[in-house]
Amino acid sequence: MLTSMHLLLLVLVLPFGGSLVAAFLPTHARNAAALLAGLVGFLGTLIVALLYSKASVGAVTLHVPWLPSLGLEFSLRLDGLSWLFAVMVYGIGMLVALYARYYMAEEDPVPRFFSFLLAFMGAMAGVVLSGNLIQIVFFWELTSLFSFLLIGYWHQNAAARDGARMALTVTATGGLCLFVGVMLLGHIVGSYDLDVVLASGKMIAEDPLYVPALILILIGAFTKSAQFPFHFWLPHAMAAPTPVSAYLHSATMVKAGVFLLTRLWPALAGTDVWFYIVVPVGLATLVIGAFAAIFQQDLKGLLAYSTISHLGLITLLLGLGSPLAAVAAIFHTINHATFKASLFMAAGIIDHETGTRDLRKLSGLYPFMPVTARLAMVAAAAMAGVPLLNGFLSKEMFFAEAAADHTGSLLDDSLPYFATLAGIFSVAYSLRFILGAFFGPPPTDLPHTPHEPPHWMRFPIEVLVLICIVVGVAPSFTIGPMLASAARAAIDTDLPAYSLSLWHGFNLALAMSVVAIIGGVLLYARLRNYLDSGIEGPPLMRRLKGQRIFENVLVTVSWRWARALERWFGTRRLQPQLRSMIALTLLGGFLPFALHGWVPAGPMPLTPIDPAFALVWAVGATCSLAAAYKAKYHRFAALVLVGAVGLITCITFVWMSAPDLAVTQLLVEVVTTVLLLLGLRWLPKRMEPQEGEHTPLNVAVRRRLDLALAVLVGVGLSTLSYLVMTRPLPESVSRFFVERAYTEGGGTNIVNVILVDFRGFDTQGEIAVLCIVALTVFALLRRFRPAQETIDTPEQQRLQNAYDEAEPERKVGDTLSDYLFVPRIIMHWMFPVVCVLAVYLFMRGHDLPGGGFAAGVTLSIAFVMQYIASGTRWVEDHLRVLPLRWMGVGLLLSVGTGIGAWAFGFPFLTSHHQYLALPVIGKIPLATALLFDLGVFALVVGATVLILIALAHQSLRSRREEAPREASPMVETRRESRTTAGGL
Amino acid sequence: MELILAIGIGILAGSGVWLVLRPRTYQVIIGLSLISYGVNLFIFVMGRVRIGMPPILKPGTVGDPAGFADPMPQALVLTAIVIGFAMTALYLVVLLAARGLTGTDHVDGREE
Repeated sequence: MLTSMHLLLLVLVLPFGGSLVAAFLPTHARNAAALLAGLVGFLGTLIVALLYSKASVGAVTLHVPWLPSLGLEFSLRLDGLSWLFAVMVYGIGMLVALYARYYMAEEDPVPRFFSFLLAFMGAMAGVVLSGNLIQIVFFWELTSLFSFLLIGYWHQNAAARDGARMALTVTATGGLCLFVGVMLLGHIVGSYDLDVVLASGKMIAEDPLYVPALILILIGAFTKSAQFPFHFWLPHAMAAPTPVSAYLHSATMVKAGVFLLTRLWPALAGTDVWFYIVVPVGLATLVIGAFAAIFQQDLKGLLAYSTISHLGLITLLLGLGSPLAAVAAIFHTINHATFKASLFMAAGIIDHETGTRDLRKLSGLYPFMPVTARLAMVAAAAMAGVPLLNGFLSKEMFFAEAAADHTGSLLDDSLPYFATLAGIFSVAYSLRFILGAFFGPPPTDLPHTPHEPPHWMRFPIEVLVLICIVVGVAPSFTIGPMLASAARAAIDTDLPAYSLSLWHGFNLALAMSVVAIIGGVLLYARLRNYLDSGIEGPPLMRRLKGQRIFENVLVTVSWRWARALERWFGTRRLQPQLRSMIALTLLGGFLPFALHGWVPAGPMPLTPIDPAFALVWAVGATCSLAAAYKAKYHRFAALVLVGAVGLITCITFVWMSAPDLAVTQLLVEVVTTVLLLLGLRWLPKRMEPQEGEHTPLNVAVRRRLDLALAVLVGVGLSTLSYLVMTRPLPESVSRFFVERAYTEGGGTNIVNVILVDFRGFDTQGEIAVLCIVALTVFALLRRFRPAQETIDTPEQQRLQNAYDEAEPERKVGDTLSDYLFVPRIIMHWMFPVVCVLAVYLFMRGHDLPGGGFAAGVTLSIAFVMQYIASGTRWVEDHLRVLPLRWMGVGLLLSVGTGIGAWAFGFPFLTSHHQYLALPVIGKIPLATALLFDLGVFALVVGATVLILIALAHQSLRSRREEAPREASPMVETRRESRTTAGGL
Repeated sequence: MELILAIGIGILAGSGVWLVLRPRTYQVIIGLSLISYGVNLFIFVMGRVRIGMPPILKPGTVGDPAGFADPMPQALVLTAIVIGFAMTALYLVVLLAARGLTGTDHVDGREE
């Protein structure tokens, strides 16, 4: 059993592997790619054939758990039915590969073609072999995708692109419906496993979700199998290379729909709903397809409509719901694949050798290609249902089933007449194909002089036609056992009595066949003149263009409606977006009060007011309002005011027992201010408007509205925080942290222990964000071009330079270099002091306020101070800061510490701690969390410095771009820029 | 004290919201800073007002939550301060790049 399971997996993996290999072949390796594809098809057929003995008696299965908690597993399942389809997929795939070797032109990128073809083969095999509904849908979508790529293979051709897009839109929409339907089905049954689903037919039919699930699954199957009214994509898919049409659009992919219907037949069929949806759809497709096929002028178009019609026939049979009809459906599926693939290949040969497939130009080809003509005639006869060929047998079964009584309804009673009518049509279009192409007067003005194709190009047709004849003459010795095992697997009950023999005596079905053949010949004779007039498309339906409707729907949905939605509900302007977002948030905040009533202040006694604190906040509130007022015209003032608010916040943290927050806030305040100061330089000058300029009405209204929003948010937040603060603190996870910070985290600073130990993973994420931001800033600034008017030397420097020039004893630039002379010295001296402070903050972090983050910001302030004091050039000549290295080391350290825990068998980021006694310094805490904190420290230094320095470098860069184009200084600055970039 | 804090938070958030709705990029960045202060304080006071009880244990003891300021909101705010800085930096650079690209400091990249 083990080996057959492996073979099953191998047979599925083989085509995908082959596809990958083909994708990497050189562009014009036509022979190698074809050989590869043929070999994969051959091996696939061989393996599947080897598995026959096991598959025919029961299913060969392979289960690999994937997400067992969701009931999902990767499972493969090969029973009689999937065996038959798998043989078709690999066998015809092999023949098509051989055919395509001769069909494809050498100029085409043929390996790509074969790569897609093999991938499709794998996807199709996946549909057939999957033992799980979700998995079937997955491979189903893959077939749509590769069909899209194959139809659009000649992408320079507009018809190919449109056809590919249409096929994908229709089949993928159907696939989506199928997906939902399958999920409903899985929900009903409680499992996605095919065996379970197939065994619960009764339960499914009684469930209220049965009808929606059925309709969705049917839409999936109908779109794929080109059933009316979704049939219109198939004729447009004929823009694909002919091997693709033969393989995907007649033998395999369009059969996926009917395969699914057959597969789920025991689970879904047999109800009235099933009958009254599937039968009318199948019948309409059968008749309309056959009727339209007669009037096509394009050989492949004729075959496409004929394919639609035959798919309708199979669907109709499955819809009837009787086991015998299901057997006939399976039988006809195989027969259709053989004769239709060979006809497509014949059409391809005609196209290839004459340069056209237009029936108005083609005629009398028989003397030029007699062998091909004879092969095509046999295949077309099989299509028409002529005795001694396989098409006759399944069509006979179809006629018998159509005539049999199923529900006794009007629809059921009318079936034999429609079936005979469709039979007449199919004889007519088969005649048209043969007589139109091969007989009649010798052809004139063909693009090429026709001749027989190379033998190996014809070989696949010979094989398929041979099958048609052998099956047609001796069905029970050839296809009989395989059909029986497939039918047994499909219908899940005892096989009905049926006979595959050629002669059943004089019965109704035979009479219908005779009527169809004679009627077809008469119809063709009658229509001859009309058809020769060269009108494209069938009468009555000529104006009904599925494509036009499809395009209209597409344009309406994806363009008109989308545009309307965008116009009504969308805006690209930031302000309305923010306004609505804030309004929504407000609404969300007020909603609980509106629903549950107003709540009064809580019972907690208020903390007595400290006048000093009140004074501090009076300043804070004033600064905040002033900042809001000044931010438009007085940016620098606003910046100072915001800084003041930051300090007030910091004081509040100190007051309210949050020393860590205070330290961090203070340090970040410094860095943020420097950051914004660096940014101020690049903003446009904005002058306060003159007195008397009035604001437009809409602006005034908008301001009032914004003011109202702002006041509401403020009042709301005030109220909310007051209401919360007057209530006692509920029990929370904090107890855990407070109780275990020392005993388990080994630190007395609870906040720091939370950050680096209990919630270390969050901190890991946080520093990763910081890292990403720093890199983004760096990347954005590399491409950043400042506005033109900001590139000039700033006004202050110009004034200083003018002063220098005016004074005889000064050189230009003296004022600039003397600027901040004393502070600069102090800042140089401060450098080591601040560095020590950073180390101090870091070391005490685990037990006292401080920690890696605070220390990191401190060290970066030490660096930035040097930049402020002496300018970028001086610092970078004396000190190499490598922010990217700092960041990398930090990230590696923190992640490494986390992974280190694995080595001792603990989860990621588990910490271990110990105190270490050092001489002089004393006892220092030594936890692995400290190592993690070191990572945080390094990363913060790197990120902060990178952001600030990248911004600071802008002034250098923009000046340089403006510099006169003299040869040597330019080169020098280039080199300098490279070293500074390296320094960064 | 609770009342002062509550009013303070409201004023910070309110001025921030006003600025965020303004058309100039610089106003928005100042507004975001003010909102950050307000929201950080809001999260922080969810641990209630506790004066003189920093969440720092005596070595070797098991802490009692009643004796300390709530460390959890503090840890959250510490993270928020860091992310706030990163956000300001990123926004500033986007602002500058947009200014260089579009030639205006309007938030929509063009004057109305």
